[in-house]
Amino acid sequence: MGWFKRLKKGVQTSSNLKKDTPDGLWFKCKGCGHTTTNKDISEHFYVCPKCGFHERIGPGEYFKIIFDGKYIRLFANLKSKDFLNFTDLKSYGDRLKAADKKKPGREAIEVAVGKVKQKPLVIAAMDFAYIGGSMGSVVGEKISRAVDYCIENRLPLLIISKSGGARMMESAFSLMQMAKTSIQLAQLSNAGLPFFSLMTNPTTGGVTASFAMLGDINFAEPKALIGFAGPRVIKETIKKDLPEGFQTSEFLLDHGFLDFITHRKDLKDTINDLIVLFNTKSDFKLTEDK
Amino acid sequence: MVFLEFEKPLEKLHEQLEKLIQINEEGELDMSDKIKELENKINKKSKEIFSNLSGWERVQLSRHPQRPYTEFYIEHITTKFVELHGDRYFNDDKAIIGGLGKIGTQSVVIVGQQKGTNTKMRQYRNFGMANPDGYRKALRLMKLAEKFKLPVITLIDTPGAYPGIEAEERGQAEAIARNLFEMANLRTPILAYVIGEGASGGALGIGIGDKVFMLENTWYSVISPENCSTILWRTWDYKETAAEALKLTPEHMLEFGLIEDIVKEPLGGAHKDPEKMAKTLKAHIVKQLKEINEIDTDTLLKNRIERYKNIGEFEEVTE
Ligand SMILES: [Zn+2]
Repeated sequence: MGWFKRLKKGVQTSSNLKKDTPDGLWFKCKGCGHTTTNKDISEHFYVCPKCGFHERIGPGEYFKIIFDGKYIRLFANLKSKDFLNFTDLKSYGDRLKAADKKKPGREAIEVAVGKVKQKPLVIAAMDFAYIGGSMGSVVGEKISRAVDYCIENRLPLLIISKSGGARMMESAFSLMQMAKTSIQLAQLSNAGLPFFSLMTNPTTGGVTASFAMLGDINFAEPKALIGFAGPRVIKETIKKDLPEGFQTSEFLLDHGFLDFITHRKDLKDTINDLIVLFNTKSDFKLTEDK
Repeated sequence: MVFLEFEKPLEKLHEQLEKLIQINEEGELDMSDKIKELENKINKKSKEIFSNLSGWERVQLSRHPQRPYTEFYIEHITTKFVELHGDRYFNDDKAIIGGLGKIGTQSVVIVGQQKGTNTKMRQYRNFGMANPDGYRKALRLMKLAEKFKLPVITLIDTPGAYPGIEAEERGQAEAIARNLFEMANLRTPILAYVIGEGASGGALGIGIGDKVFMLENTWYSVISPENCSTILWRTWDYKETAAEALKLTPEHMLEFGLIEDIVKEPLGGAHKDPEKMAKTLKAHIVKQLKEINEIDTDTLLKNRIERYKNIGEFEEVTE
């Protein structure tokens, strides 16, 4: 178990992440088609000023929105591998290569430690652009290490979920990451440290059925798809149309599975409030050698 | 008798055997030598077929309509059993059953998915696909076990948690997640056995164990081969290929270190001799209980955390 192959070649571990949003001039809203400039949308937290649609963003953007400037990436040296030689229409190895090309030095989750209005916080943010944000061994291991890091330094943890579920190409290993992350969050809980779970569009499958639903605070961005089974699977099973607004953030709030919904512009303030209210104290210093 | 596709060579031999037995019983001719010869042939052929099963054939065996289910094992393993119903919130899920039982001198809590044995009962049991209420009932019983220091035995046999509107409304994801979290901290031993289908989060929802075992003709995977085929190959037709690619057999799972042991089944599968299967399973459980009862609770929980924390394959790149 856990044979780690050490590679000679280096990996990009610069402490700050590049943004994932394109650099072009114009930005078109996927919700209403409204066109605005990229500069404008980035200044508005990637939320459409006309309809409030929350554009999908990556870990780099979230770190920029939530942290006070500087932050340090953690565990960026963990890389997925095709240990089962899994091949469907494409081999998993090739899928990983393609994902690495698209997102050099990245994974389906990125972890960083930084400060929110001077108070330390660890964020693990999923990246949907990396194989659908699917949970494989690396996602599980990074969350596991993030939990250990929080316990060691007495820090609160925020996980930003955005995932299609488990990574099938890692078969039972991906399934067991549900157990691994949940068991580690139980340790965080035993240590009396708060876990904030933010669900964003989409949060489904094994991610929802493990760490995403285990927050001391469960919250979501507006109109995100959140569920266990995908809408298509449910529709095929029950052979009926699904009700309007089914499996949205608002639906989950209404059914008692979310504490609240947060507009992205209020995200930093909300997280700050939570840290303050939970009274998490830490003498953690943000230095590169941590 | 129901013969699966790969068992077809046996079907002919069994037909011949039945004819010989009939002739023998009519008393005109003594066929005992011929019967014996044919029985040996069947045995040899069976061994040949069953020592070489593909992943997909295992999946088919795990779903055999005559395969024993949780209720059967409980009946044959315990000397006393009281079934307990309901999650105390909303419902009594029929797809997960559980209760207090006695195995030898040891009181235990047993929880498992239950499939139906005929068309009517299959519907009643929702094909072994639990709703959130089932997972919450299971957790209630496990908490009961913790309170009274009783070991928990879970019997896993599900094609998955139920994907329905009500299941989502009542928090299928939350129910499964909560079980994973609570089972991590449960201060009593947990032994988990995959007795049939071990599909996805629906199986794992009662599947965290200090030790996890699989019966010989079962499977454990993140997704069923059919659904995997549909998603990755975009057609149902690659289920056999998907079953191979997923490496879902007990032998693979043992090799990966994801389970501790494989429980042997009678030749041809558990349904060929359910009583014998129950006896083997009981002996396995009794032995495991004896061993695990020796471990103090703090060590038990420490080991449980380590067991799951170590699961994962990846590269650690150095600068
Ligand atoms: Zn818009």
